[in-house]
Amino acid sequence: MSPLQIDFGNAPSKIVGIDLGTTNSLIAVMELTGPRILSGIVPSVVSVAPSGEVVAGAPARESLIAHPERAVYSVKRLMGRGLYDIQEELRLFPFHVAEGSESVLKLRLGEAVMTPPEVSAHVLHKLKLDAEAALGQPVAQAVITVPAYFNDAQRQATKDAGRIAGLEVLRLVNEPTAAALAYGLDKRKQGTIAVYDLGGGTFDISILRLHDGIFEVLATNGDTHLGGDDIDHLLLDIALEDIRTEWGEDFSRDSAAVQLLRRAVIKAKEDLSFVPEAAIDLEYAGKRYQRQITIDLFNRLIQPIIERTLTRCRACLADSKLGVEQIDEVVMVGGSTRIPLVRAEVEKLFRARPHTELNPDEVVALGAAVQAGILAGEVKDHLLLDVTPLSLGIETMGGLVSKLIHRNSTIPASATETFTTGVDGQTNVLIHVVQGERELVKDCRSLARFDLKGIAPMPAGMARIEVRFLIDANGILSVTARDLRTGQEHSVEVKPSYGLTDEQVEAMILESFEKAEEDFAARQVREAQVEADAVLSATERARKEPAYFELTEEERGAIDRAVNELLVVYHGDDHALIRAKIDQLDGATQKLAEMIISSAVGTALKAGDTDA
Amino acid sequence: MEYYDALGLEPKLSLDLEDLKQRFYAQSRLWHPDRFIRAEPLERERALDMTAVLNDAFRTLRDPVTRAEYFLKQNGIELSKEPPPELLEEVFDLNLMLEELREGDASVRPDLEAARQRFLGMLEEIDTSQEERFAAYDISHDPVILEEIRGALNRRKYISNLVCDVDKQLNVPIAN
Repeated sequence: MSPLQIDFGNAPSKIVGIDLGTTNSLIAVMELTGPRILSGIVPSVVSVAPSGEVVAGAPARESLIAHPERAVYSVKRLMGRGLYDIQEELRLFPFHVAEGSESVLKLRLGEAVMTPPEVSAHVLHKLKLDAEAALGQPVAQAVITVPAYFNDAQRQATKDAGRIAGLEVLRLVNEPTAAALAYGLDKRKQGTIAVYDLGGGTFDISILRLHDGIFEVLATNGDTHLGGDDIDHLLLDIALEDIRTEWGEDFSRDSAAVQLLRRAVIKAKEDLSFVPEAAIDLEYAGKRYQRQITIDLFNRLIQPIIERTLTRCRACLADSKLGVEQIDEVVMVGGSTRIPLVRAEVEKLFRARPHTELNPDEVVALGAAVQAGILAGEVKDHLLLDVTPLSLGIETMGGLVSKLIHRNSTIPASATETFTTGVDGQTNVLIHVVQGERELVKDCRSLARFDLKGIAPMPAGMARIEVRFLIDANGILSVTARDLRTGQEHSVEVKPSYGLTDEQVEAMILESFEKAEEDFAARQVREAQVEADAVLSATERARKEPAYFELTEEERGAIDRAVNELLVVYHGDDHALIRAKIDQLDGATQKLAEMIISSAVGTALKAGDTDA
Repeated sequence: MEYYDALGLEPKLSLDLEDLKQRFYAQSRLWHPDRFIRAEPLERERALDMTAVLNDAFRTLRDPVTRAEYFLKQNGIELSKEPPPELLEEVFDLNLMLEELREGDASVRPDLEAARQRFLGMLEEIDTSQEERFAAYDISHDPVILEEIRGALNRRKYISNLVCDVDKQLNVPIAN
């Protein structure tokens, strides 16, 4: 009669690994036997019901068709970006940008307005709840993966999303590197591997050197706007054009219809990985659209997309200063690597058979869990040395970029630069930090502008302010400044060019998930109460058994006391206390339980005798 | 010198790259921030700083050119920015050819190709003799050798810029 005993109070808190994908997200954890996916795939979709309730995952995906204006998908494409650099996205995706998005991008979902990190936070929160249910303990710390080619703002936005969801993000790990960790854990000790990662929305290529448990990234390259979605759009364009000519209707403005057509297109695309011909099949408003797509046509369509990935691969090889023949293995990641032509072309380029043993949808989350295990000290002797994908520089005279930290530098990485004044009596210096490979500031991405303030007035060129730029192990920049003449530290207020300030993030945490921690405590109390109910009713039944009256006065008294004490704490909010009292009652009724069982066995035996 | 200290090395111009790599890995295992995720904030910050310096050190020292530049700077020797006089005539001819190519005269192409090959040869020659100077300096600590190294660095930089310019004009894909 004793229910399963789980000690919620003392279990060490687990660090989870999360793959926050463009299309789908997954959560995993490191166990003694290796990394394990904790719950099913959570579609990276969020919707808001008319009641104001926010839903993430599979139910939200359903509402994409019923209420497209209340749901959003592929929000990862918008993370850390401004209104002016998402024009391409707005053309291809049904994002509803809210009013007042000039400084910080906001989306409209029904009556609600959310920033992309808040939308992602809802997906993360759903994953957190799933993981807590699976683990039976609260989850507060996480490793989250990002595309290797994500810039500083996109990384910061991902970290913000974690914070808003009530997760301390201990590390951002690059997706291809995570995949290498998942593959390499028990594999070869030395060697060079390439990871080709073609996901829903992004493409990454990384080349790593393995050395006795050290995973050293030599070079990385990629495109944050290249993935399976682009293939979908090619097919979608064909279907929309067909429908325009056949039915005389322009579907592209009917978002529910486009969503249905998009699903039909994805189905056909996926089928083409297994059969030489598939159909785009749509029934809508009493009409039916069907279109056969042969593998030849499909391959011709996607060849330019694959070629773009191969160009990036060649650049990455050049950066790593390695020849193709020096690559020992190729690891394939991301759903789009199921496409036979992708596999064939990658094999041709690297002259190595691509690894596809692990599920390409799961491998990144598994790797994130391995990294979580490394951070927790559970995975010994493994260490990840990653690089920054983009060069960091500052604006100099004439709008030129002076590079301080070059791309493919191992992180953490730092650089110091000394600044001075240009005018007599000048008390501040404005510094503009950019990220990118181009020579002109206007062709790079603006990361932050900050003002070195409080410089003592003196003749031009006399002041000497040393500024230190530090890219941490997450690929995120921080800046400190020191006056070399006085040794005094300068306050540096880095205002992100795109993204949220600390205060804004704080406010969002309070708004959305203020009760998240309380929620978990309440859930634990409820679970303990359910258990108490079961024990109490079992005790009640046992008290009617003849065996109960065979107990001594003292034994019956102990049971009564234990029942009363359990009832006293039952309505409190301390789940540990409720469980302690359940244990006490279990102890008090143990003898009774044994007696009932043995008398039941006796009765059964007697019944058996009679039957025979 | 900070970068040499970070890798536990005596400041020398000649380095065994395999040894350098092993030291880098060993120090990374000790200091990487991943090892300090649950440590006190001050300790975490120290690990971050140590690792940043370590990474910067390895990146600088593994490449003979950046290593020499760092070594000279630490010895108070500024790098020269003057074009090397011995190359002036060569550069003059080259600029003429580049000008002609820009104006559409493709006949200079073979000459440019030849110039490019000549420059690449010079770079190779500089790198070899630089290694010899490194070894010589490590033994004698003769400041005259440091001056020679400085001159060679300057020449090297200038020539590789020239190669870059020629490549741009010849449309050779730049592998950077």
